Amino acid sequence: MWSILKQIARVGVVTEGPPPVNDAWRIEVARIHEDILAVLGRALAIRQVDAGSCNGCELEIQALNNPYYNIEGLGIRFVASPRHADLLLVTGPVSRHMEEALRRTYDATPAPKLVVAVGDCGCTGGIFGESYASCGSVANVIPVNVAVPGCPPAPIEILRGILTAVNAARPTRSL
Amino acid sequence: MREYHLNYTKDRLAAPLPIWRAHVDRDQWVATAGEIASRGGRLVSLWSVERGAGTPVRGVCAAYAGDAGLLWVELESTDDSPTYPDLTQSFACANRMQRAVADLSDMHAEAAPDTRPWLDHGLWGINAHPLRHGPLDPPVSTGEGSGAYPFVRVAGDGVHEIAVGPVHAGIIEPGHFRFSVVGEKVLRLEEHLGYTHKGIERRFLDLPPMTAHRLAGRVSGDSTVAYCWAYCMALESVCDVEVPDRARWLRALMLERERVANHLGDLGALGNDAALAFGLAQFSRLREDWHRLSCEVFGHRFMMDAIEPGGLARDVGPAALDRLRSQCDAVGREVRALRLIYDDHAGLQDRFIGAGRVTPELAARLGLTGLAGRASGQVGDLRCDQPWEPYRQLGARRCTRQEGDVAARVAVRFDEVFESLRLQHELCANAPAGRVRHSLTLPAQAAAGAGWIEAWRGEVFVALEIDSEGRIVRCHCHDPSWQNWPVLEHAIIGNIVPDFPLINKSFNLSYSGHDL
Repeated sequence: MWSILKQIARVGVVTEGPPPVNDAWRIEVARIHEDILAVLGRALAIRQVDAGSCNGCELEIQALNNPYYNIEGLGIRFVASPRHADLLLVTGPVSRHMEEALRRTYDATPAPKLVVAVGDCGCTGGIFGESYASCGSVANVIPVNVAVPGCPPAPIEILRGILTAVNAARPTRSL
Repeated sequence: MREYHLNYTKDRLAAPLPIWRAHVDRDQWVATAGEIASRGGRLVSLWSVERGAGTPVRGVCAAYAGDAGLLWVELESTDDSPTYPDLTQSFACANRMQRAVADLSDMHAEAAPDTRPWLDHGLWGINAHPLRHGPLDPPVSTGEGSGAYPFVRVAGDGVHEIAVGPVHAGIIEPGHFRFSVVGEKVLRLEEHLGYTHKGIERRFLDLPPMTAHRLAGRVSGDSTVAYCWAYCMALESVCDVEVPDRARWLRALMLERERVANHLGDLGALGNDAALAFGLAQFSRLREDWHRLSCEVFGHRFMMDAIEPGGLARDVGPAALDRLRSQCDAVGREVRALRLIYDDHAGLQDRFIGAGRVTPELAARLGLTGLAGRASGQVGDLRCDQPWEPYRQLGARRCTRQEGDVAARVAVRFDEVFESLRLQHELCANAPAGRVRHSLTLPAQAAAGAGWIEAWRGEVFVALEIDSEGRIVRCHCHDPSWQNWPVLEHAIIGNIVPDFPLINKSFNLSYSGHDL
């Protein structure tokens, strides 16, 4: 236990500031909390769905949980069931074999049912395109609110996409 | 291939590792498998090929590895519905590969023990065999292909099934696991994969050979460097071009960086799965530092597309190499401190030791390979077994354990991190000067090449054929997960369901690299 505490104290807090939303440069943590609260009235729960990706996007989404991004500190957490989720974070391309599972996951998600498509493949089908085995983009299968390009997008871009989707879902913005 | 008693002509391909290719008849096909199995060699991959229009030539290929290198044999047929002798008697791991060949190419192993579809979930279209030439039927609109999969049922008092997936309860790839349990004890696990099949091998046929390395680099995102290098090695072998020495060294540097990135990620996740969140926080912090420097030096956090046919996309300057070297030193210090904490943590060791054990005997019988194989007494590591640069010059050391449990797979990862950091130190310090790219020209006639790389998970293999017009006829990519997924079904037997995530993570197999 002593060595664990020593390591924690030595490393200190490495968490960095969250990214700006849209064109506004550097939003406060409080503002993000406020947006999330205005839309949901509580923390944002995300269900991640790999609908056929190469796993590159999953590595960057996992990285969001590292202490540099500290998304739980922003009031965002990943949950194990779509029934607990406000937002689906979906990577693609959507394979034929995942099409039905993705639709069912979407159907099981309660309002506000936000969807963020992650990565070039989620946006357009990417290098895999559309074929006998691939439905292409996430939007070909379920409605998408925000699509984040990149192969894979860096964690900060994925976080920006999530915050943009929440921000856009806010009923009225007080500027 | 001198050590084997195989009396047919074998051509050595122009590749940095010893790779041989031969056409065989049915008797030789069977004899080759028997001879290699009896000498302790292993089946690396099994796939199909189709060439030419009109009455196409169809063939089934197998790649075997032994001390003398890799042997790629092909059994050709001009029959309408070709079959080939089953290999599962010699190599258990051939089973799923033969089922995939049947799905993709409609070529069947004779008297195979298991003829259920594997990658085909019944949604690709009626009679669609996507690696056969010609247009495909339109896909079935939607449906529940997997619902019809005939899982093996376990009967008896108190036995019940737990179905998991394809959407998993974490940020991981999709697949289906069917557990048969009594209480919380697992009697049987059966996997059903293929959910991320996105038509990669057919997609290769649409791409020019000089740019298809980008697709190879997206077969499995966590092994992008290994696949990209294996594809480029195959294409360079087709073109009979050697890459400059500096490019080889820097490719190896990237491959080792990929190895350490994945090991850091897994070590953190394994701590977390055994309820030590501290481990995840620490290792994921180190991994983030690692990716950030990779991005600065190689232009991409995972070094995607940094390897190109003929060499590298860009050179790395001396200042950047110094930074990489000092990062190796810093990470080495941190990981040593964290290893002491892991080793001293009673709760962690209690979960690790004895969980998901695969004995060396079982590992040898089932063909467990790569990192998981080395944790179960299997010694294969291309970096040590084959004389290729720069690994021969660096004297890469293999890391093995005999216990075959989660603790052993954790220990091999720690050992490999330290050995890889040592190699990277050398690679940064002694990389030869010179250019990092040679130009390639496709040959005027049809040609074949192969790439073979020890990725972090195990050996990755790419077989590439180009026709006389310079088009890709076939590009087969093989992931070591093909060998290791079936062994996971054995590793879990007798363990409790809540230990499955930990045991599964300790193998950390690829879905996308397997499903293609």
